[in-house]
Amino acid sequence: MVEWTDFERATIQDIFSKIDYDVVGPAALSRCLIVYPWTQRYFSKFGNLYNAASIMGNAMVAKHGTIILHGLDRGVKNMDNMKEIYAELSVLHSDKLHVDPDNFKLISDCLTIVIAAQFGKAFTGEVQAAFQKFMAVVVSSMGRQYH
Amino acid sequence: MSLTEKDKAAVKAIWSKISKSGDAIGAEALGRMLTVYPQTKTYFSHWSDLSPNSTPVKNHGKTVMGGVALAVAKIDDITNGLTALSEQHAFQLRVDPANFKILSHCILVVIASMFPKDFTPEAHVSLDKFFCCVSLALAEKYR
Repeated sequence: MVEWTDFERATIQDIFSKIDYDVVGPAALSRCLIVYPWTQRYFSKFGNLYNAASIMGNAMVAKHGTIILHGLDRGVKNMDNMKEIYAELSVLHSDKLHVDPDNFKLISDCLTIVIAAQFGKAFTGEVQAAFQKFMAVVVSSMGRQYH
Repeated sequence: MSLTEKDKAAVKAIWSKISKSGDAIGAEALGRMLTVYPQTKTYFSHWSDLSPNSTPVKNHGKTVMGGVALAVAKIDDITNGLTALSEQHAFQLRVDPANFKILSHCILVVIASMFPKDFTPEAHVSLDKFFCCVSLALAEKYR
């Protein structure tokens, strides 16, 4: 069971209440596809991913970015139960989507960068630590059902 | 994943914008690293004060960014350009190379928070590759 301090709980709720899922989701996913281009292997049906500009303008990427953020929302609302909350999604990513779980860390890092860019000075070291701890639990939960 | 001419140009371009703030970036990144990855504190047990804005942290952040500046200057041959630093890290400091990735990540987070408009995805990918090359160069002499 993950132990969360009051500061960590408050920080996670605060961050997610202040971000626009329709902006941050697409920004994080498109950044991931640009910075780590091998992740594009999972999106061959998404059309034009030829360069950074097309990725950032791609409607399917944007839509999927938003879906991912809403997936994170499940963890935000159930911080004491994340293993169970993500079990189904983990099975999906393993058995149906065949996503290498190392990729979860890559998109997590891109999301951290996007959040840092939005919050600036407010994204202190302590806030970053709480956010990365939350994402580490998400990443671990998402990799748990792989077999 | 070696640096293309496009990567080198992108790194030089963003470096020209951020280098004036080099000391602040280094201090912030190092302080952040010690907070977010407490295991890294094990390398600094000889410091009196490990808190983010302390003198040892600020001074050392400056030192680290000096190394980054050197790597930018030697971007056409980072491995050879950083030989002395690699030997220092390999034989004296003996920092586990896994930590280079950790500090690189913290530097990128600080750049994103201080220069959000300049740290575009294109700049990000080139800088990420650059820091990978720097990390590899630093580990070159380890074994």
